[in-house]
Amino acid sequence: MLARIKEFLGMEAKPTEEVASEQEVEKVAEEKPKPRIGYIHLSGCTGDVMSLSENYDILAPLLTEMVDVVYGQTLADVWDMPEMDLALVEGSVCLQDEHSIKELMEAREKAGLVVAFGSCAATGCFTRYSRGGQQAQPNHESFVPIADLVKVDCAIPGCPPSPEIIAKTVVAVINGDMDYLQPMIDLAGYTEAGGSDLQNKVVNQALCIGCGTCAMSCQTRALDMTNGRPELNEDRCVKCGVCYVQCPRSWWPADRINMDLGL
Amino acid sequence: MVLGTYKQITLARSTDKQIQKISQDGGIATGLLSFALDEKIIDGAVVAGPSDEMWKPMPTVALTSDEILAAAGTKYTLSPNMWMLKQAVRQYGLEKVGIVTIPCQTMGLRKMQSYPFGVRFMADKIALDIGIFCTENFPFESLRTFISAKAGVDFDLVEKMDIGKGKFWVHTQDDLISFPIKETHGYEQNGCKVCLDLVSEMSDVSTGSIGAPDDWSAVMVRTESGDTAFKQAVDAGVIETKTIDEGKFGLEMLTKLATSKKEKAMKVIDERKAMGLPVPYKASSEKEDPLANV
Repeated sequence: MLARIKEFLGMEAKPTEEVASEQEVEKVAEEKPKPRIGYIHLSGCTGDVMSLSENYDILAPLLTEMVDVVYGQTLADVWDMPEMDLALVEGSVCLQDEHSIKELMEAREKAGLVVAFGSCAATGCFTRYSRGGQQAQPNHESFVPIADLVKVDCAIPGCPPSPEIIAKTVVAVINGDMDYLQPMIDLAGYTEAGGSDLQNKVVNQALCIGCGTCAMSCQTRALDMTNGRPELNEDRCVKCGVCYVQCPRSWWPADRINMDLGL
Repeated sequence: MVLGTYKQITLARSTDKQIQKISQDGGIATGLLSFALDEKIIDGAVVAGPSDEMWKPMPTVALTSDEILAAAGTKYTLSPNMWMLKQAVRQYGLEKVGIVTIPCQTMGLRKMQSYPFGVRFMADKIALDIGIFCTENFPFESLRTFISAKAGVDFDLVEKMDIGKGKFWVHTQDDLISFPIKETHGYEQNGCKVCLDLVSEMSDVSTGSIGAPDDWSAVMVRTESGDTAFKQAVDAGVIETKTIDEGKFGLEMLTKLATSKKEKAMKVIDERKAMGLPVPYKASSEKEDPLANV
């Protein structure tokens, strides 16, 4: 199973290696206890879990054979939050919504690892623009990334995160592949994001090389390249942070890349 | 390992007369992409194509050999090719994309593939990445300024630019003007100063003029997909190869320049770290191989 998923993701440098080792990997995957996962849905648009479900080829085995979904609206018929290995939190937390705050606090208590899943949970993203005064809850005004209230172990920014990064992360969690997860552990502290990061943290710091990766990765097409530098259309920016996260000059996972390429 | 990991290093050139005529050196990027398109290894390619302005490239999605040919030749200024990948995959609907990248773009590409945080269904659509050797790059205004000031030539009359033998060469219809490459220092973009990669160490196939005689290119084949494409092109006679000279003007030169780029960059990286400025690479003291691109 794990081999199939790895193959799907292109994570195996040499997929043609002997079948024996493939079976071994599969065996290990089967012997490992399935991680117990909870899905906490706060102020987000459900786009993140939809992206997870877009792993069509592997979704069924992922949900049935690889993980146990033990808590989550629409995913598990459970009212009381059980102990969990991993809590995926989608959405920012609204400071005027006592239920959200309570659920988040409880998740922190009951989960071994809390993951800010998607940019709303990680950076506040689009909800950063909220000023309240809207139906159905005009007093719901203040939305913050979950790291403002609880300790976050790992962040997966993206609006939404791609199906591939979700699948790669799940495989890494099951394998205990901390090297792969390290950037996400580091990103747990990246809670104030926006297209202006490119200007402040890359261009202003004499690091920009005009490669265009930021503009390619912007999910709302808020970025153009003008004279070899990113130009931000603030009206389109949702503050997801993906441009800065994908920039080759923000952090550099050289060892992982060489491994993935078989170099 | 200053040249990265590779399966094969060789001299090569495109056998197509038309490509030979207009390409920068051996025409490897143009020839290999054209061949890959014909053989359906790729169904389109992101290249630095022409724009409305002379010598200002525009990242372009090329769907035909003619469009690839129109992008032949080096432009010594910024062409954010990574930017156009999105159009290639979303607008043009390409499933197997070829792309030409300079080392920093190769790094952006590979980082996106290993960590596609916000990039959906694109990582698996990169079929062939041709990495170009790069010592540094110039903002467009820098290029225009030093061409007119140092070469004394109207920018619009320039037919070809080239770097080699320590000089920057400007070809016009009647003239060949050169000035020492040292005189371009101060015009290059600052971000290049921390770059540890001369030879696109993470591309599928790297190519460039350093280490090759005139009208040939040095080629390093690195990955499985690069190996397959390059071998097919050689077997088909589209690209011819010959052994690279180990000596002073061959491999030795390439190694020397790659090492010197890394050494200079490490000095800047260490200085920046000491000043508390951000830099994505490790300090010399933090890594085993002080010249590794990490």
